[in-house]
Amino acid sequence: MITIAGAGLAGLASAYELLMRGADVTLYDLGHAPGSNSVARFAGGMLAPWCERESAEEQVITLGAQALDWWDQITPVTRRGTLVVAPTRDRAELTRFSRRTNKYRQVAQADIAELEPELGDRFSQGLFFEREGHLDPRQALADLTGKVQTLGGTIHFGTPAPAQVDLDCTGSAAPLPGLRPVRGEMAILDCPEVAISRTIRLLHPRMPLYLVPRGNGIYMIGGTMIESSSTRAPSVRSLSEMLSAAFTIHPGFAEASVIETGAGLRPAFADNLPRVTHQNGTTYLNGLYRHGFLLAPAMAQQVADHFLSETSHEDHRERTIA
Amino acid sequence: MRLYGIDVTSRLLLGTAQYPSPAILADAIRACDTQIITVSLRRETADGTGAGFWDTLRETGTYILPNTAGCHSVQEAVTTAHMAREVLGTDWIKLEVIGHSDTLQPDVFGLVEAARILCDDGFQVFPYTTDDLVVGERLLDAGCEVLMPWGAPIGSGQGLRNPDALRSMRAHFPDVPLIVDAGIGRPSDAAKAMELGMDAVLLNTAVAKAGDPAEMARAMTLAIDAGRAGYLADPIEPRDMAVPSTPLLGLAELA
Repeated sequence: MITIAGAGLAGLASAYELLMRGADVTLYDLGHAPGSNSVARFAGGMLAPWCERESAEEQVITLGAQALDWWDQITPVTRRGTLVVAPTRDRAELTRFSRRTNKYRQVAQADIAELEPELGDRFSQGLFFEREGHLDPRQALADLTGKVQTLGGTIHFGTPAPAQVDLDCTGSAAPLPGLRPVRGEMAILDCPEVAISRTIRLLHPRMPLYLVPRGNGIYMIGGTMIESSSTRAPSVRSLSEMLSAAFTIHPGFAEASVIETGAGLRPAFADNLPRVTHQNGTTYLNGLYRHGFLLAPAMAQQVADHFLSETSHEDHRERTIA
Repeated sequence: MRLYGIDVTSRLLLGTAQYPSPAILADAIRACDTQIITVSLRRETADGTGAGFWDTLRETGTYILPNTAGCHSVQEAVTTAHMAREVLGTDWIKLEVIGHSDTLQPDVFGLVEAARILCDDGFQVFPYTTDDLVVGERLLDAGCEVLMPWGAPIGSGQGLRNPDALRSMRAHFPDVPLIVDAGIGRPSDAAKAMELGMDAVLLNTAVAKAGDPAEMARAMTLAIDAGRAGYLADPIEPRDMAVPSTPLLGLAELA
């Protein structure tokens, strides 16, 4: 039996990988409902390793490229790519972005109009990352919880974990050296008048923002990264930047209802990359930063490799001797 | 270079925003050997300064120059300065009062007013200003001992848009430390500023958004050192005509 503290993204993904390989798992989570205590609730849910490479290390691609296929087995994944655009005055940002990334094609006005008819007259230039996709974070957390339970995993909601667990996935609450919170803010807009079908990234010199369609006229907008452990509600400054970005993408958002705003603290290490560490008999998966849905699958596999490695070490030894 | 009684040898002041990660920021700080880093403060950051990012900054052992980036009014800038003093325990403040959210041009009227309020309150003010001489005088009257004229609009990477104005600032304020703040894009821009006799350069985006921030930080330091040495070495004046470096008389007759 492997005990796991935290049934957020890291805990659930690890549990799923362990269960798929035949292990027994029990999870403990302070939240009373699936995902209710997880910062992943506020995520964009983008599976966009090639775009993320703009400001992240190469590992986001090597670890993240398989994420779309992994999530396909769990929850609906929208595979419509990412469209990156910039206002005319910030076109230099598009050039910079294109130099730092790959696996895109340059798109002109006609291509943009074909991809997203409502944006065709708004942007004359962009980058299209065809292989990327997105999912709905809350749906994905609920679906992953369901999978874990179906596979025989036990989840104790509203229950503190025992003092000693095998795997700690408690995010910002974990007592790990070098772990820091990075605050992110988001808003959810209800705007049935606007029809956009894929993730849009709007480049802006201060703050690259993303708009993710959730279906049925619901859109999520986010993108702030603030070095802070504050859990206050989003500031007017951040919201006005995000909302004006939405308006820049499509003026129809002026009529949108802001149905939710939120702020979350994403746990990160100094290099903004996740890692599996070991401390006093407990294994920790942490530091998913803004790449939770993208990197949790690969990191969960590393966790499962670790726990189920006794046999693989044996195999390795036998092979080495042979 | 002496700034408010503190001697510093590095002539590069480095901003800490927009880096891909704190690890890369720390690499950049080490690579350029800067002694002064600027940080921007927000209410959220003041609420959460226990966060590891601030430990990373403190561990670099550099002087921290908090700034009022993004403040659009005198009151906002003054409040932010007080918050910075409380949180970081320093009287230093890089004062920005932004007049226009689009161009990020300093509001020089608000700047002078905020500088006076803060200097009277014991702050040591580093004002981000234009290259206007009269505004510079007013800032010195208010109690500033350093001036930070722009090279070009913030983050634009255009280099020095008006070198003549910087040259006349140098001539007009021979004993005031002048730090070019904003607009530097490439190492050659930084070298040019130093050749004009500026005392130092403050930059952020040019390093943070480079493909290899640490390498660009190193390049900037090399350029700044080169520009400074060139200025001190008293460069020749440009001429319209060629001047042969060897005598023309006495050439061998090869006929």
